[in-house]
Parts: sequence; structure tokens; C-alpha cells
Amino acid sequence: MEALRCKGSRDLLPDDMARFRHVEQVFRSSCLSWGYDELRTSTLEYLHLFTSTGTLTPGMLSKVYSFLDWNGWSGERVVLRPDGTIPAARLYVENLVQSGMAKLFYVENMFRFEETGQESRERWQCGAELLGSAEPSADVELVLLALEVMARLGLTDVRLQLSHAGLIRALLRESGLVPAEQSRLFDLIMDGQTGDALAGMMAAKPLMKESLATLFDLRGTTPGFLRNQRLALAQISPRLEPSMDNFITIAQLLTDLGCGYQINLSSGKGFEYYTGILFQFQVGEQRVGGGGRYDDLIPLMSGGDACASGFALDMDQLVRLAAGSPTVTPGVLIHSLDQTVQGQKLSFETAALLRQRGYIADCRPADAEGPAHRWILTIRSQGGKPRFLLSDRTSGKTAELDSAAEILGILQIANATKASPS
Amino acid sequence: MQLKLALPKGRLQQPTGALLRESGLEIDGYDEQSRSYRPACPNWPDLTMKVFNERDIPIQVAVGNYDLGVCGQDWAEELLSRYPRSALVKVKPLPYGGRDLCLVADASSPMATLGELATGPGRVRIATEYPNLAESLCLNRRMRRFSIIPVWGAAEAYPPESADVALIPREDDAPVDPSLSSLATVLRSSAFLVAHRASWESRDMAPLLERLYATIGRTQPAAPQVRAAPAARATDPSSRAQRDPAAVWLALPDGHQQTPVAEFLEQAGIRLTPRPQEARRPSINLDGVRTKIVRPQDMPLQVANGNFDLAITGEDWVAEHLCRFPSSPVKKVLRLGLGKVKIVAVVSKRLPFENTQDLRSPLRRHGFAILRIASEYVNIADRFARDNHLTPYRLLPTWGASEAFLPEDADVLIENTQTGRTIAQHNLKIIDTLFESSACLVTGESATNGSELKRKRIDEVIDLLRRSAHQN
Repeated sequence: MEALRCKGSRDLLPDDMARFRHVEQVFRSSCLSWGYDELRTSTLEYLHLFTSTGTLTPGMLSKVYSFLDWNGWSGERVVLRPDGTIPAARLYVENLVQSGMAKLFYVENMFRFEETGQESRERWQCGAELLGSAEPSADVELVLLALEVMARLGLTDVRLQLSHAGLIRALLRESGLVPAEQSRLFDLIMDGQTGDALAGMMAAKPLMKESLATLFDLRGTTPGFLRNQRLALAQISPRLEPSMDNFITIAQLLTDLGCGYQINLSSGKGFEYYTGILFQFQVGEQRVGGGGRYDDLIPLMSGGDACASGFALDMDQLVRLAAGSPTVTPGVLIHSLDQTVQGQKLSFETAALLRQRGYIADCRPADAEGPAHRWILTIRSQGGKPRFLLSDRTSGKTAELDSAAEILGILQIANATKASPS
Repeated sequence: MQLKLALPKGRLQQPTGALLRESGLEIDGYDEQSRSYRPACPNWPDLTMKVFNERDIPIQVAVGNYDLGVCGQDWAEELLSRYPRSALVKVKPLPYGGRDLCLVADASSPMATLGELATGPGRVRIATEYPNLAESLCLNRRMRRFSIIPVWGAAEAYPPESADVALIPREDDAPVDPSLSSLATVLRSSAFLVAHRASWESRDMAPLLERLYATIGRTQPAAPQVRAAPAARATDPSSRAQRDPAAVWLALPDGHQQTPVAEFLEQAGIRLTPRPQEARRPSINLDGVRTKIVRPQDMPLQVANGNFDLAITGEDWVAEHLCRFPSSPVKKVLRLGLGKVKIVAVVSKRLPFENTQDLRSPLRRHGFAILRIASEYVNIADRFARDNHLTPYRLLPTWGASEAFLPEDADVLIENTQTGRTIAQHNLKIIDTLFESSACLVTGESATNGSELKRKRIDEVIDLLRRSAHQN
């Protein structure tokens, strides 16, 4: 059959959606319990929101879906939302900045071109943003929230990696490179090409070579590692200390809360808007999400000096990795053998009663294939009176019944005892 | 082995023909006088050639309709900057067709460098025939807010009123017009031999390439032509220097419509006087009216953006604009009755289609997996296909020489015609007339901008033209 689905797009089939909704529900309930409010931003945004320095790297911008809208005769381009944080920050600036701190979360789709067509160009993310706070505790809260979501989804072997965009930016400033080259190397690191960027920094300032090698090559698991590094970096410049102090504070708080992590400055892959702590979440070797602090983004949007931090988890990865399946409501497949109006009416009324009591009631013709509900209720008319045949697919047992009340009675007993009708 | 070669018409046609002939290929029907789009090579019968506008060639080669092509590197880069993974291989630069792409601003502009442009406040408007390269430039230079104004040509006429800068081609190191200042040379290009990637990877094209390479090796790159720099700008005040908020900007067409429109204006008592220093800004004998000569294709968009208050363009281009931007403020105020053409749907005479209805359900029966519709009027063609339920279809934007596309590279052409003779000469037939078009006067809904004086001036121009139109 000729492929009708767009290259690079993906459908979510009923089973996929059930798992998707499960992950979404866990994420939503976690965020709500931490005091976060849900938002949903527009799928279309202006391109210029993403183009200035400090938003998306040129590499990412080359993959956004941008076009002229139907009234775009001025040449102003719009994009399909390529990222969740920038629209959330835009929403905050336009609506919530007066209220100070805002804790927001979202489940949204993002669109970025993917060249091979093997992966979906539409990706779902669940993210949380804590806007209006510069405190290290805000960063730690976000890390803990993300870890809680993954724990509730049954993910094991979740690894947290920490880096610090502020420290990387400070190192670039000390390299003596011109600002444009600093930006380019920072973009390389954010695009995951740390080796190339490091080589550029070392070439610019050979005296930093050992310190940079130590900082980027070694991995630490305690604040002590950062304190050791701070001593080494002090040889380069005291201007690195504020970022390092912030890094140590966050690492210390995570340690005190019993949260394990690995400090890996090379793991800083992310967005150009990051200015402080960076965190990545991995399950095995698979990256499942990340985030960080972005204190310059809201000022860039003329939203005042509001600092902010956030994270996003890759829904597609979570759906794939999440253990268990969502709770399934007991389902009853209803077959009506009486095709008269009276018979159809009885079928609808019985289904409505079952739904009122919290069951899935799925009416289908007797010869139609249907989902594998546990119960099958066949309704027929005998001498003008309705007769019900309730079958339990699990046990293979059946019961002849005279009324809807009897049906409910059996279903309730089965639900309570997990037994089947005798 | 059969090889398909796409050849350019226009500026690269003569030197490309010379290159092929010096390489020992006898090429018939590839000269500027030829009306055929299919040159022949009697001493290499396996070589199939077709002539296109050079802008179409990278696309035709990238999609695999041709194994090799010759075009300007600028047009190859224009494609690759937007579609870096397209199947286009840049094989070899050719020693002719030198062209730089320069970013220019009006000479009076305070901007002197690209850096100043990138870091300046507000939105930067860039007029250009190269929208993909311009967008790529803006993104890489981290310009926060920019508008690309795609134009069919004459981009240099847009600054400073209608654009902040223009990205324009400059042939063979010709000096930049003194009314403009160059901020940067974005690309230095020449003619280029390009190949389809799969052909390059799987087909033996060496016999042809060896001949071409040998000739190229013998050919020294053409020395840049030394051209006299245009004289310094005249001291008499140009239209740029005067800032009058009530001034009415009138756009006039270039190309083949320029002379008939000038005659029409003359008939209405409106005289244009050329300005030697500003060829695209003739003076006009109407108080408070300024003129600029641009491509008629670009006028509706410019009127919509308020860069012109009135424009003489074709109804076809107004329709094209409104198909793309249905809520545009552009409105037609007067049909001038000159430059009449029909916009028609055309197919090859070989096809069993006699009307638009035939393009619908029998599509698959006649072996068309997808109906390929070529047109310079890409939005009209899109509307035509949608309204007639021609599904599935694919649009092929073209930049001229559109008849060449049928039947090998497209199935249907949406084209304008005066008499239908050219269409018949290319063994094509008209199966539908979409509408008739003539030159018209358009304005924008908010052109007066609240100024009573401006409204009066606009009305005066309309009245003059209306009287002349009635005589036609």
C-alpha cells in the first residue's frame, strides 16, 4: 500500500495513546502536587522569538519549520513551536510577570526537522518552568520533581549529570576570544560538540590547557570535586568563582538530600539560552530529558530581571521506558441480538447504566471485532422480555440474568474479589 | 549511456554553448535566437539536453530529472542553503559567469557594515531574489528580527524606502551603483557544473566530463570586465532625499510592459522623464507623486506593505498575490485594458486530456502517480488544483521558459498567453482558461494613511488614468 503518512511524522495508535496518557497523568499529578500550574502555549509563534543570540543555536534554527502565514505579506515568518521553554517564557512575560514567581508545567508537541526521516519530526515533551526565582533551591526543586516523575513511572537506573553553562561562559570569556567566537564555541558545546569547542579554547589560551582538561575530562560525584576544581580554576581567574560557588551550592544541596549525580562539564548539551546549572537525565545510555537555568531569556524579551529555570522530559522516551501500564477500567462489550428499536433502546439504557457505575460500556454489532474487554454482555429478547447473558473472558464462565441490577451485582463482586461468576 | 543535461538560457547561454562546442560537441539549437528548448547533439546522440532558466536548473538536477546541469553557483547555493541535504552535487566551477552577491544599502544610510545591520534595533527588511540565502545570512548573523522581501528582480530599487538593504547580484566585478553602498560581499560565484547525486554515484559520466574538463583546463578564467563606474550622483534632488508624508508612491512596471504603460500614461497626460543617475526612479509631471520602476510580479506585495500607494501591474499578479494572502489590503481600482493575456492550463498534445475534468479521476488510469503542475503562478496553480480536486498533485515553481517543462518534467502548465501560438509551437494544447488578465491599477486599503492631501493626490492619478482607460 502506498504510504499516506507524511515522512518524518508518526501516529499514536490506541495502545500508544494509553501509555502516553499514563505518562502524562503521572507527570501532571506530580507537577500539580508540587504546586505547578498547567499551561499550553500556541503551536504557532513568531520566528523572531527564537532568533536572537541567547535563544536557539543556528544549528537548531536551521531545523525549525518556518513559513509565511496567510497574512504574512510583511515577510514576518512564523514557526511551528520548536521548543517549549521560550514560548513559556513569552507567555510569562505577557501575562504573569507582574505576579512575580510562577511555577508552570506543560505537555506539548515540538517540531524540528530531522533529516533521515527515521525519527519523528514532531516530539512530545513534558516540561516544568520555575520563573521568577534565582535561588539554587529552585534548580534543586526542578531536579527533584523530574526525578520523582521518573520514579513514579517505574524508571530505574536514572542517572543525573550536572554541568554549568555559567561556568562554561566564564571560561570562554577568560579565553580571550572575541565575543562572536565565544558564542560559536558555546553553541558547539550546547550542540554536543564539546571536543571541538575545547580545542578552540585551548588553542586560544594554552595556559588554560591543564585546567580545562581536568575540568572537562574528569567526572566527580561530590561537592568536594568542585571545591578541588575551584582551586585549580582560581589560577586562571577569580572571575570564575561566582559560577563555581553556585555550582557547589546546588551540588551540596543535592548531596544533602541524598540525590546522587555525576558532575560532567562535557554533558552540557542544551540550548543557547542557558546561563547557569545544566542537568541531564539518562536512563542507561539513553538521554530522557534535561534542563537548566536561563536567567537572561526573560530580560531579552523585555520582561524585566526575572530569573528562571526549567526542565523538559522526552515523552516518547518515557512512554517507551515506563514500567507497567495505566489502570484499566473494567470494560463490557455489549452485543444486542434484538435489532428492533425496542431492543436498541434497551442496549443503550443498559450501557448508560454501566457507564454511570464507572464501567466502560462498548456497544457493537454481535459479529464485529472489538477490543478485548473482559466482559461480554449479550442482550436478547425472549417472549417480549429482555434476557442477558454475561460472559467472563478471563474464566470462560457465563451467567444468564434477568435484569441490569443482577449484572451490576456480578460485576461488583468480581471487581471486589477478582472472582468470576459461577 | 543516456545522459541528460540541463542547460541555461540567458546570461550563461553563450559561454556555455561555446564551452560545449570547444569540447567537441556539435550543438544545434542552443543559441539566443533559437525558439526550441531541446538542443540536439548529432555527434553524441545519447546526450539529451533541455534549456531552462538557470534558476530552475539546480532544482531539476536535485530532483533527478537531469544528470548534469550548468547554472550559476548563486542559484545552487540558494537551493542548498534551504535544503542542505538535497541531492545536488557541486562538481566544478566554470571559468565564466562571474557574479558576486552583495548586501547593499542606500548610500545615505547610516549603516556601513553588516555588523551594524545585525546589531541595530528594530526589524531589518531585506529585498532580494535570493530569499533562502538572505534568511540563512540573517540566522547566522543572529539578527533578531528580520523580514525577507522576495522579489523577482530589481532588488536594488528597494532601499531605502521599501527595504533597509538589498541582497543583489553584481556581474563580473561591476561597480555598485553610487546611490548604493556595499555592506558585504556574501558570495563570490561563477557558472558551475552541477550533478544529481545518484547519477554522480552510479553513472559513468567520465566521457563527457573528460571533454569538458580538458576544455576548462585550456580556458583561463575571464578577466573581470573593467567597467566604467557610473558617474557620481547628480546634485539635483532625487526622490530619495525628500521626505514628504503626503507623497504618493506610484510603481511602474519594467520589462515588456514598460513601453506600453509609458505610452498609456502619455495618453493620460502623464509624462515620465528619465533620470540618468536613477534609472528606476523617473520623474513625473504630477505634484507630490514619486515613481519607481520595479517588476510587476512584486508590486502587489509592496502595495500590501505600504511601500507603494499605487501600482500598475497585471491582474494575473494581483490574483497570484491574493491566492497567497487572501486578506491582503491590496485592491484593484482600475482595469487599464492593455497587456491583455489569458491564464490557461496547458498539457502536451500527446496526452488524452481535453479539459480540466479529464485531469481528475483518470489520473491513475493514465499512469500518473502524481500530477506535476509547473507554473510561474505557483499560488494560482495551487488554487486551480485544489478547486478542481486534482489529487494528488505536486507544484513545480518555475522562473520562465516554462513550456520546456512539458511533457518530460511536468504534466500540466499554468501559463499566460496572448495568442496561444507559442503554446502550439511547443506541441502543447490549452485545456482550460482560468481567467483573462490585463494591466490594472491597484492600491492599498490604508494608502492615504489619514492624509487628506494624499487622498486627493491619489484620486487625481486615478482620475487621469480612468480617462485614458476609457479611450482604450
